[in-house]
Amino acid sequence: MDLEAVIGLEVHAQLNTKTKIFCGCPTGFGSESNTQVCPVCTGMPGVLPVLNKEVLQKTILAGHALDCKIANYSVFDRKNYFYPDLPKAYQISQFDKPICIGGTVSIVADGNPRDIKLTRIHMEEDAGKNIHSSDISNPVSYVDYNRTGVPLMEIVSEPDMHSGEEAFQYLMNLRKILRYINVSDCNMEEGSFRCDVNISLRPRGESKLGEKVEVKNMNSFKAVKAAIEHEIKRQTIMIEDKERIKQETRLWNPDKSTTESMRSKEEAHDYRYFPDPDLAPISVTDEQIEAMRAELPELPIQKLIRFKDEYALSDLDAETLCSSRSLADYFEQVVSTGIDAKKAANWIANELLSFVENIEQMQNFKVTHEMMTELLQLIDSSVISGKIAKTVLGRMVETGNSPKKIVEDEGLTQVTDTGAIEAMVDEVLKANPEIVDEIKNGKDKAKGFLVGQVMKAAKGKANPQMVNKILAKKLS
Amino acid sequence: MSIDISTVERTAELSKLYLSEDEKKEFAGQLSDILEYVEKINTLDTSGVQPTDHIIPNVNVFREDEVGQSLTHDELKLNAPEFDRGHFVVPKIIE
Repeated sequence: MDLEAVIGLEVHAQLNTKTKIFCGCPTGFGSESNTQVCPVCTGMPGVLPVLNKEVLQKTILAGHALDCKIANYSVFDRKNYFYPDLPKAYQISQFDKPICIGGTVSIVADGNPRDIKLTRIHMEEDAGKNIHSSDISNPVSYVDYNRTGVPLMEIVSEPDMHSGEEAFQYLMNLRKILRYINVSDCNMEEGSFRCDVNISLRPRGESKLGEKVEVKNMNSFKAVKAAIEHEIKRQTIMIEDKERIKQETRLWNPDKSTTESMRSKEEAHDYRYFPDPDLAPISVTDEQIEAMRAELPELPIQKLIRFKDEYALSDLDAETLCSSRSLADYFEQVVSTGIDAKKAANWIANELLSFVENIEQMQNFKVTHEMMTELLQLIDSSVISGKIAKTVLGRMVETGNSPKKIVEDEGLTQVTDTGAIEAMVDEVLKANPEIVDEIKNGKDKAKGFLVGQVMKAAKGKANPQMVNKILAKKLS
Repeated sequence: MSIDISTVERTAELSKLYLSEDEKKEFAGQLSDILEYVEKINTLDTSGVQPTDHIIPNVNVFREDEVGQSLTHDELKLNAPEFDRGHFVVPKIIE
């Protein structure tokens, strides 16, 4: 049977605000347990949660960036369930009146461009963290409420994807946009970007959705893709074997690369949502919504088009430079000093990035844009050759010193003194009479060997154009 | 609207309440009475009325994104049945 997978993703992105969504506790990652908690986020009786203005603004900004409709009227609801990570026994979330409706994330997967539709984006508070004791004689769980009340955006896609690759590209593009507009750090290891997958299979051409399975616990985009691909295989085999797929939640096991049924009781939740009487509804006018749209910075796709257009960059260079806003800014700062854009693009996208594992590391990179500019100026003014510049860049990455200092300290200045180069050429010609004869007999290719010998004698510091010129003169 | 025993059982389960058979019968009757009373509202024509999301006609109550005071472990302990090495301690959650 020809089956088609139908995939929807639920992404929880932590908004990068200073404080929690409904109280003034800080949101920093990695603090000592239960040091960022107060009566509001621990759900003490009689407290009043108040919405952090920044949470609303950042969510609306994200809504604009993802082409959502921003609701003029929006309400917080209580989602009721009992679990120790939730001290109030309800989570404050949004139910039937979310702040953002619809939207799209544009992707290219396996060569095909597609617009993945969003259902909605809503604001909610995060829950705490449980640590379960492994000591059988002491069956307890330890609870840390630092994360409780940390602001989240839940971004829900339509069941609009059909492969692991599409889901992977969706997540990459979504993360890129959220980082560009500076609403979330989107760091999966620190839990500021999490993704749950809903996946079902149906015969191709069928419009009715099959029984869906939810998969959780993926800690990287690659794991999301692998979990989807595994789940497609598992469900395909079940359908071919005429087994019924039951609606359930499964956990991704990264060690075994499989999904496993959650051991929890098969008890359908009933969250009994109702409007939270503690929080006033949100009302935004069309004018306010439009004013916020104007605050939107240039988005990755717009920047990509502009870079190709304005700087005449190759697709690959433009895509690399636009993959992060800080890298794109870095490039533009270098170019603003008058450095040739193509040259800057090559040095940044290819040479500089060869020293970093991923582009996010650029933020704490020792080589500032001023230093990069200085390096390229040293090449332009023939103080060093391009080849030496690569060595200098390597030293810059190691030491954090300026290129001028490295060139001076290590005596890397290019030899442009005609007399000095002539002397070296003469030495090489004298040492290789047989090669000189070959060249005189028409074997022009042997010239390259002599150039190499001169550069070797000059420890790479001779100006290559001058070496070529002088050598040609002497051989003629 | 009348509430049957299975609805009482489901409601009790969601509320983590443990009821005796007698209590289930008693609450089934009481809950039915309450719903019957509230059902009177359905006789009103509310076709032109906005649903009430909030009882106070107030919107847009916000706070600035400024760090305030958090509690110390000593203060937290006062409201915790058990507190150990910086954590609230609860009976083990069986997953």
